[in-house]
Amino acid sequence: MVVAAAEAVGRMLASSFGHGVSILTAVATREFHLDPEIRPVVSASLTLGAVVGVFGIVFGVGAVSAGGSVLQACAMSLLVFTGASQFTAVSVIDGGGTTGSAMSSAMLLAARNGVYGLTMARHLDGSLARRLIAAQLTIDESTAMATAQSDRRSRSTAFWITGLSVYVFWNLGTLVGAIAGSSIDPRTYGLDAAFPAGFVAMVAPHFSTRNGRAAGLLGGLICLVTIPFVPVGMSILCASAAVLVGVRNP
Amino acid sequence: MNEINWFLVLGLALGAYTCKVVGLVVVGARTLPRVVDRCLILIPAALISALIVKDTLSVGQDLVLDARALGVGAATFAAWRRAPLVLVIVIGAAVTALARALGTA
Repeated sequence: MVVAAAEAVGRMLASSFGHGVSILTAVATREFHLDPEIRPVVSASLTLGAVVGVFGIVFGVGAVSAGGSVLQACAMSLLVFTGASQFTAVSVIDGGGTTGSAMSSAMLLAARNGVYGLTMARHLDGSLARRLIAAQLTIDESTAMATAQSDRRSRSTAFWITGLSVYVFWNLGTLVGAIAGSSIDPRTYGLDAAFPAGFVAMVAPHFSTRNGRAAGLLGGLICLVTIPFVPVGMSILCASAAVLVGVRNP
Repeated sequence: MNEINWFLVLGLALGAYTCKVVGLVVVGARTLPRVVDRCLILIPAALISALIVKDTLSVGQDLVLDARALGVGAATFAAWRRAPLVLVIVIGAAVTALARALGTA
């Protein structure tokens, strides 16, 4: 019953929110001369961007309250640009930790972007300069959205649109949060579940092959089992071991 | 009491970008044996599934079962029914918010 009611509320919210997104989508597809087929990707990446923006506000507030200046908060989002690491660094400092421990826990989370890069390299091409820019945008959202697409061209488009949309919203949010200084609690709106929910939809296409299913289930299981025993962020890296199911034939 | 400082900001910027460049530009561009290729293609499935588990079932190093599990459960059902991504995200957030509101009421 609750689920049905929530689904109805969800549909209602989605349709009003979807209206805003669809206007932006129309503008983006026209301005950047995108294939109309890519429209669902554009609207989905703008939606993700908007959710990320809310977390950007929360990050900006947190960074300033942990003793950072507005400039330092913004520099972190512009240059580091990997949300989970930034939140971890700020929360370690806020909890009285040293710069060194903040740095090392944040780096454990940042390391997975390097692993994503290994996959994304095959889907992106272009000059060295272009790939150096792509590297900065290689994060959870852009990788998940890109690899959920079925052909090379949509994968590349999905990567760039999602990466740029998240980059813009994350940095705008950080600026607003750092200046305004008072936070909304994203948990009230269930936004902390928005990311895993989105990732579920994005991982779904990977589950269509036998190896994909095996790697996904094993990766989730490894993460679950290791969470209580290893530092935050390490459990995601441990899950990389699940790709070894690819050693056997597909 | 420690504060956010430029050493942390710039050190982390350098470290994070190095990870990204090493993966995407340095190692990723090489041609690799087929067996390695078959494994690398599975990275998103493994890591994104792990991310879902972490974001849904943990706070720090503690495993917890809370409103998020209901929300992500509902989102999984919606994704299985092939709902568009935007709808899946909204359902996930709405169910979590609702369960949380009912839980604290």
